[in-house]
Amino acid sequence: MDTKETVLNVLQDLTGTDLSGDLDNNLFDSGLLDSMGTVQLLLQLQSELGIEVAVSEFERSEWDTPNKIIANAEEMQN
Amino acid sequence: MLSFTPYENPMYFGILGLALLPIVIGILCGKRFHWYETLISVFFLVLTFGGPKITQGLALITYLVYEVLLVWVYTSYRKKNNQTWIFVATVILAIIPLVIVKLTPAIQEGKQAIIGFLGISYLTFKAVQTIMESRDGVLKDFSPWFFLQFLVFFPTISSGPIDRYRRFKRDYDHVPKQEKYFQLLQKGLHNIFMGFVYKYMLAYVFGTMWLPKLEHYALMAHGLSWSLVGVMYVYSMYLFFDFAGYSLFAIGTSYFMGIETPINFNAPFKSHNIKEFWNRWHMTLSFWFRDYIYMRLVFFFMKHKVFKSPKTTANVTYIINMTIMGFWHGVTWYYITYGILHGVALVVNDWWLRYKKGHPGKIPHNKFTEVFATFVTFNFVCFTFLLFSGFLNTMLIAK
Repeated sequence: MDTKETVLNVLQDLTGTDLSGDLDNNLFDSGLLDSMGTVQLLLQLQSELGIEVAVSEFERSEWDTPNKIIANAEEMQN
Repeated sequence: MLSFTPYENPMYFGILGLALLPIVIGILCGKRFHWYETLISVFFLVLTFGGPKITQGLALITYLVYEVLLVWVYTSYRKKNNQTWIFVATVILAIIPLVIVKLTPAIQEGKQAIIGFLGISYLTFKAVQTIMESRDGVLKDFSPWFFLQFLVFFPTISSGPIDRYRRFKRDYDHVPKQEKYFQLLQKGLHNIFMGFVYKYMLAYVFGTMWLPKLEHYALMAHGLSWSLVGVMYVYSMYLFFDFAGYSLFAIGTSYFMGIETPINFNAPFKSHNIKEFWNRWHMTLSFWFRDYIYMRLVFFFMKHKVFKSPKTTANVTYIINMTIMGFWHGVTWYYITYGILHGVALVVNDWWLRYKKGHPGKIPHNKFTEVFATFVTFNFVCFTFLLFSGFLNTMLIAK
């Protein structure tokens, strides 16, 4: 499974919504993610992809759509 | 000697305008004079904390030396090591002065601690945030001199908005382009004029003209009365316009200095629910609590699997987070109850949103329900502000 798929699966688990057709949806504005969801997301990314994102590194505006999250995750894996 | 509370009288604004002039001309010519910015920061600190308030001034200086040294030692340590207990000890040491200042009136019957000064909480927020970002490894190039500039940045020193180290540094090291700076000047001027309307017109009408009269009638009525209901709404309006007005001054002044201090209020009474309210009311405080208490606690609880379900984790952390916010306002029963009530409201809000999502189509959602939701949120908030005002306490004592 590639990074994109993994991230989308994690997001589906967290939000209960399939976001694969809606990659630029602003997850915070649409109410799908909140602070709680964010922390769950960070922990999931850590266990599934082995990337460690500190809470301080999490700037909302840089992580607010599936596309941005995938891009960040891919960048941190390399 | 002259002594001012920031943004309190026309002369303050006159001096402010003159002091800002060299900065404005400098930035328009593409230059920043950091030495001059430091000079006027010191000058305004002397105006605020000098003369009759010199004890506060000395407390401020002592506090600054202490916090800068503490954060400096920690960031130097963090370059080589990263033990959890050292981090926790540093955070505790950073908040001890604030804890003493908050506890003293509760223990010594209203007496103020001598180490206190106007704005100590806001400086503590900045210091703790800097320690936490250093712990996370995102803040690597710590400079004690810059950190001091960040702490004493005079437009926001007394009551925020609370900026962030890395965000402030980006603006501080950078001279905005002319076109961009013209926009900032325009926005800054607009903010300051809106501030006048908020603080000197609306907050004056609510807080100085109406509130004392209503409070008087409410006290005479001994118990529930229409006047008490009036106190609730009028105090809430006063609180908003006074604080939002102050914030507009602080933000407007920052813009003139080419620093984009984050906004503090965004039409909070329009909120449909309490979560939205905290994204619109005293935003920099609420985001500080979200980022440095709520998210970190949730992270800790989830990582160590303290609670079985994420829902429980979220709920417990909401209550802890808001209760700490209550204590931060002051150690009195009404501030603490205010915090707990908002914590409970966040739990109920989450539960309701989940319930709604779980029963699609069952609960109507239209213009009318939206207005109703705003109405309920507004009234709940006003009720908690009545508690916050301490007026209920005054009524209890008067009985």
